[in-house]
Amino acid sequence: MATITIREALNQALREELARDDKVFLMGEEVAQYDGAYKVSKGLFHEFGGKRVIDTPITELGFAGLGVGAAMAGLRPVIEFMTFNFSILATDQIINSAAKMLYMSGGQINIPIVFRGPGGSAFQVSSQHSQALESWYAYFPGLKVVMPSTPADAKGLLKSAIRDDDPVIFIEQERMYGNKGEVPDDPDFTIPLGVADVKREGKDVTIVARSLTVPLALKAAEQLEQQGVSCEVVDPRTIRPLDIDTIIASVKKTNRVVIAEESHPICGVGAEISAQIMERAFDYLDAPVKRVSGADVPMPYAKNLENLAIPDVNRIVAAVREVAYID
Amino acid sequence: MSKQTAAPPDVDPQLLKNERDEAKNRQKSRLTGLDKEKLIELYRQMLLIRRFEEKSAEVYVAGKIGGFCHLYIGQEAVGVGTISAIRQDDYVLASYREHGLALAKGMSARSIMAELFGKATGCSKGKGGSMHMFDKSLGFLGGHAIVGGQIPLATGTAFATKYQGTDQVTLCYFGEAAVNQGAFHESLNMAQLWKLPCIYICENNQYGMGTSLARAMSLQNIAQKACAYDLASEFVDGMDVLAVREATLRAVERARRDYLPTLLEIRTYRFMGHSMSDPGNYRTRAEIEKYQERDPIKLFAASLLEEKIVEQKGLDEIDRQVREVVEDALRFADESPLPDPEELYTDVYANPIEPGRK
Amino acid sequence: MATKVIMPKLSPTMEEGQISRWLKKEGDKVSMGEPLAEIDTDKATMEMQALGNGVLRKILISEGQSAPLGQTIAVIGEPDEDIAALLSEAPPAQPQATEQKEPDVPPPAPAVAQPQPASKAAAAAAGPRPVDNGRQPQAAASDSGRMIVSPLAARMAAEAGIDLRSLQGSGPGGRIIKRDIEAAISQPAPAAPSYPRVVETTRFQQAGAAGYRDEPASQIRQTIAKRLVTSLGPVPHFFLTTDIEMDRAAEMRKGINALDPDLKISINDIIIKVTAAALVQHPQVNASYQEKVVRYYDQADIGVAVAIEDGLITPVVRAANQKSLSQIAAEVRELAERARSKRLKPEEYMGATFSISNLGMFGIDEFTAVINPPEGAILAVGAMTAKPVVRENEIVIRQMMRVTMSCDHRVIDGATGAKFLQTFKKILENPLYLVV
Repeated sequence: MATITIREALNQALREELARDDKVFLMGEEVAQYDGAYKVSKGLFHEFGGKRVIDTPITELGFAGLGVGAAMAGLRPVIEFMTFNFSILATDQIINSAAKMLYMSGGQINIPIVFRGPGGSAFQVSSQHSQALESWYAYFPGLKVVMPSTPADAKGLLKSAIRDDDPVIFIEQERMYGNKGEVPDDPDFTIPLGVADVKREGKDVTIVARSLTVPLALKAAEQLEQQGVSCEVVDPRTIRPLDIDTIIASVKKTNRVVIAEESHPICGVGAEISAQIMERAFDYLDAPVKRVSGADVPMPYAKNLENLAIPDVNRIVAAVREVAYID
Repeated sequence: MSKQTAAPPDVDPQLLKNERDEAKNRQKSRLTGLDKEKLIELYRQMLLIRRFEEKSAEVYVAGKIGGFCHLYIGQEAVGVGTISAIRQDDYVLASYREHGLALAKGMSARSIMAELFGKATGCSKGKGGSMHMFDKSLGFLGGHAIVGGQIPLATGTAFATKYQGTDQVTLCYFGEAAVNQGAFHESLNMAQLWKLPCIYICENNQYGMGTSLARAMSLQNIAQKACAYDLASEFVDGMDVLAVREATLRAVERARRDYLPTLLEIRTYRFMGHSMSDPGNYRTRAEIEKYQERDPIKLFAASLLEEKIVEQKGLDEIDRQVREVVEDALRFADESPLPDPEELYTDVYANPIEPGRK
Repeated sequence: MATKVIMPKLSPTMEEGQISRWLKKEGDKVSMGEPLAEIDTDKATMEMQALGNGVLRKILISEGQSAPLGQTIAVIGEPDEDIAALLSEAPPAQPQATEQKEPDVPPPAPAVAQPQPASKAAAAAAGPRPVDNGRQPQAAASDSGRMIVSPLAARMAAEAGIDLRSLQGSGPGGRIIKRDIEAAISQPAPAAPSYPRVVETTRFQQAGAAGYRDEPASQIRQTIAKRLVTSLGPVPHFFLTTDIEMDRAAEMRKGINALDPDLKISINDIIIKVTAAALVQHPQVNASYQEKVVRYYDQADIGVAVAIEDGLITPVVRAANQKSLSQIAAEVRELAERARSKRLKPEEYMGATFSISNLGMFGIDEFTAVINPPEGAILAVGAMTAKPVVRENEIVIRQMMRVTMSCDHRVIDGATGAKFLQTFKKILENPLYLVV
């Protein structure tokens, strides 16, 4: 076991998969000679050369489509979006080509591609650079959507994503690249997609959190423990396909749920999870499902406003207390 | 080094009519050096496409084909000429007007007609339809419905073949209206920057649905746009199947040998509307008739007859044969079953995951 | 300066008190010496006076709930004062079943227990408004009569046979939630017969007048008083009487008991079985009037009145229509035993669909019984006596028993009740019908 950052974990995953399979290549803006805008691909160009690690012009639609085409012809591209905000330019290729190719070709052509990069908020980078788009992508059958929250999850899931034969949207979080955690040394360590993780066991309230809100939920759980409330924190890790069974098992145990997410509430992943909980665990709910989401506004620049726009530990604690009927 | 031929004069039907004889002469000179079987094969393929598309129009209005149906009538020389210049293991990516290209690439009339009918025996198992024909074994990679969407994809397949060290090339077909999409520019830039073996074939039939080239494009000389990317280009008369073939051979050679991309602007014309639902009131009957005098199949037939490659009854026999192929395809499609309802949920993922299973 | 209101010692032996009625609401002005609440002690209901001036800021123990001496039950303070510190010292309220106004929607619980009349407005407010990243609104004091229950609590209540209408919800808007059900399960409703209290009696003597003594009404006496007043009053009773020839039933009983000394079937057991059989044939009688809805039950759960030390209780023989005579006899014996020793569980005496009261063993010829709400009817059974009757123009001696059926006219009409009684009589006079 080694204690490393999420950044390092992703770097290891890329390195190991590039070494393992010649068909894997990494492409994106500044991934090669610059060592990656967020240093996730540091050292890879040096080790694997310009054939495997490729700098692109600023041409998201173009290189996303090129990646899909390369996948059609047998390669396994990893396409980096410097941030997922820029993926919006490439959505035609992600959705109309990558997600649909297998189906509309009657099963002939699969697309083993990974689109990865940081999503969600950073620090005061304002509205066009702070969007959490996972519910957009999770909407489409044909795509898989993954959001790790720890170094071990990041490494194991990225390796699985690269080895997966379908298009995977792999959303990291810029604020979390420096977060540390233990990662197994096994070079073949992978985590399967579609499996949720109970990050903390508890019995009174379930908190479903992903990416940025996982460490927040864990801190909230610590505080709540002192207040006599035992929280179970469930991290789905894969958003599509969603391991709803693990979430439901937790809800049946605790009878109360808070969903914490940094994305907007409207039509978000939290709304989907809430609907599924209502469908499958209606008779086990002692309180309505409560969502703590990001504010329904474009992200402001000012520091205080930005902090108000993102869930924090206090808001999660308050939500838990509300569903537990304390106060 | 970019190589350009001068742009032709503006598309005035009068001038085109005068060009007919000139074209015939050019064609005549190309006929020498090509073997008879090959020439007849080119003719047969063009006629097969023509008869197939005519039949598709017939069954479409009879209600057997749903959705959209974009016909290739008038553009046969482009598809047949270009594809005759490549190998089976080379890739073809096209737009939604791809039935003719699919036939030229070697897909069976049966599988294409069945796909149009939405049957389980269609090339895409009935799940694609007119705009999404695929045959991986023949390198025919679709059938794409978003205008220009196939251009980055083709750039990618070219990237992949170079990456894998083979000399395969990719032919990418799109209409002149797609040239205005950002994806076109992004792709050509990358293709020349990284030297990708992709041949971009712009089938300039002069109308993007109801909008003429003049109304959509500031610089209408498409071949000229290649210089923005320092990319080689050629202007080609798309009604002359041999001219098309030769231009393609040049581009293919460049791609295989040097991994260099080419933009071919192939001037052609579609005799039917944009699709079967097109009322066509953006051009005149007279204009269409003028172009029909340069019908590529008629032109080629005339050349073959004149050079005594074949006799009229030989041509009639070919017509009879291709009609038979089309009728057979029709019967096959009619009798084939619809897809099994369970197919609704298959082929969404190559690697379906049951969530929760560790 | 905010002050705590604590549970006062209102009698020498008092250890805990139950809030019978708050005389002030949250937000009301309060001055020194003003009566604040009525508190039930072990002896009597006493008035509690305010010991401070200001506004009643928070009530911590609601009506029907109890608290031990010294516990904070309310806070008086200035309107804008921060009382958080005082509140945090108060332990969480112990929810208990209490009186509640009848909701206009029947609760989902299949076991219908005894609803209480509204003697005061309860906190059953309207459901919560949709929230937008905010907290749910607290319960308004207004009463819309709609009961709200979390799905989990509804399920738990159904499984435990608890009548949701007997509960006060501790959730927002008066929502009944899991902890309310848990508390109700562990603490039976105050309407249940409780252990007899040790009471002191006081004797008075006044010259010339008859001596008397006052004993505080036991819980059970109070319960009977409260419940049956709610029956005779609002329920339109009518009465049907008929005489039943019991000879064959008596003979059947002798015959069955002769088969096996352990069997010990009683006439009452036969009456129970016959009643159940008749109810199956007349399902409109196996019914209950529930505000805007008539409930028809799928099985006959017969409540059998049992006299106990303090009064009366009706343990229920469930699905009597499906049980054999021996099963019924054994069950009634066992239930009566436990009723007398006060070991009955709530689900064992709540939720009958029809009741039978038999005073025959006291030599009563006939009587009229009060319907146990919310049942539709009750059968009052008198003594079996040898009497001369006319059969085929001759006077003969038969064992006659008079029964009187009280019917709730809201759900049973004269003819319906009469037809039921006809069938009942037919079967009881010819008990071989039971095996047909």
